[in-house]
Amino acid sequence: MKKSDKKEKYQEVAYYPGCALEGSGHAYNRSTKALGEKLGLKLKEVDNWNCCGAMEVKNIDPKLQTYLSSRVMSTAANKMKMDVVMAPCNGCYHNLKKAEYDLENDQDSRDVVDRLSKKAGHETYQAGQVETIHALDWVKDTIGEEGLKERVKNSLEGIKIANYYGCMYTRPRHIFPEKDAGPGSESTSKPHFMDDLLDAAGAENVDFPLKTACCGGAHTLSDSDTSTRLVSNILQTAEAAGAEVIATECPTCHSGLEMHQIRAEKTLGIKTNVKIIYFTQLLGMALGLKPKKVGLHENVSDSFDFVKKKGLA
Amino acid sequence: MELSEIGQRLDTLIAQPPAPEDAPELLSLGEKTLEHWVIAKGREPTDDLREGFRLLALHRQGADKDPSFNACRETCRELVYHYNLLTLPSEQGPSGQQARMMAMVANHLFLFISGKMETEQLGVFCCASKPLRETVDVKGNAH
Repeated sequence: MKKSDKKEKYQEVAYYPGCALEGSGHAYNRSTKALGEKLGLKLKEVDNWNCCGAMEVKNIDPKLQTYLSSRVMSTAANKMKMDVVMAPCNGCYHNLKKAEYDLENDQDSRDVVDRLSKKAGHETYQAGQVETIHALDWVKDTIGEEGLKERVKNSLEGIKIANYYGCMYTRPRHIFPEKDAGPGSESTSKPHFMDDLLDAAGAENVDFPLKTACCGGAHTLSDSDTSTRLVSNILQTAEAAGAEVIATECPTCHSGLEMHQIRAEKTLGIKTNVKIIYFTQLLGMALGLKPKKVGLHENVSDSFDFVKKKGLA
Repeated sequence: MELSEIGQRLDTLIAQPPAPEDAPELLSLGEKTLEHWVIAKGREPTDDLREGFRLLALHRQGADKDPSFNACRETCRELVYHYNLLTLPSEQGPSGQQARMMAMVANHLFLFISGKMETEQLGVFCCASKPLRETVDVKGNAH
């Protein structure tokens, strides 16, 4: 699809916040909506949406996860007549993409989804009815770097940022056919969409080698020590790379980084000062939105003094 | 080299801090870490090269039938990337910062694999892994 076609197509999208954005990731929900409003992009929340199946269902019954994700896409396509679903959470985004792939390629998955959809009393989702995109695609393809540059009121100049994408945004490659598709597309080995957008808002992106490294998010409760050690290494590496801020684009990664930053100090005696802020919060403030408007007060870690010092508040 | 010794050596190198000359050792520590994972899965670590690196061949072997192991694929590739930065001729020459980053990446690979072995109950790291112990037990029982 041409970039100009995407620009048109993504102006109004079905918005699938997912469970995390209703709870621990509410700051991401708030800032995504505020950013969309500021940029003139319309979000129509998916009616009566359900959990995408997350890791828990997928590990026990992958086809049930496919069904759960397909129901979200079915509602968007058949009930709301939308052709794009935007999911800001890496887990939701990944699961909807996986469901799309399974329904395209696996007859058993199609059969299970059809049976459960009939039982639940809604139309069965057919592969290709909607396109699932991430919040990064949404901003990048509608407004883009040039559009952001024109709109920046409070430049992020002087802020050194390590962009952290987590491991689910690009993995596994085969469920993201639009990535690694030549110039302008996202890379699965070295993603750059967040870097591009924050650079356009004036930030200085540091060379961060762990941008897709695992943060141990899946084991944050079952094996907290492993998660703390992994997160602590990510935070220390970001600081060693010169970053003052880690920009995030996933609620699970974000809350994991925040909580294990505190836990690392308590259990390992390792203190790091790098701030953890959603990219939607950074872009929102760059466009002139107040910190509270983008939910900075809902983050676990306190970044108010930092953003004030940097002229964003 | 036991897994715990790899962790201790990485801690030492990071604290020094690491120098560009440490690049071969850091790459080797990455390989040794992956060997533990492969052995824990009951396989013989490969000596093959992939794209010129045993590290990448070992990662591929470790990810066989276990796609979740690909969560460290890019970490392995970053390790190779930094090794190349530090060892291939360049106008700027290698820097201490690049060596530091390579050590942090090697440490992440170590933390990921040691954590994964723990959560999958693949064994105590200072001795043989669970599958290997089970194999030994089965053989022992047979006698």
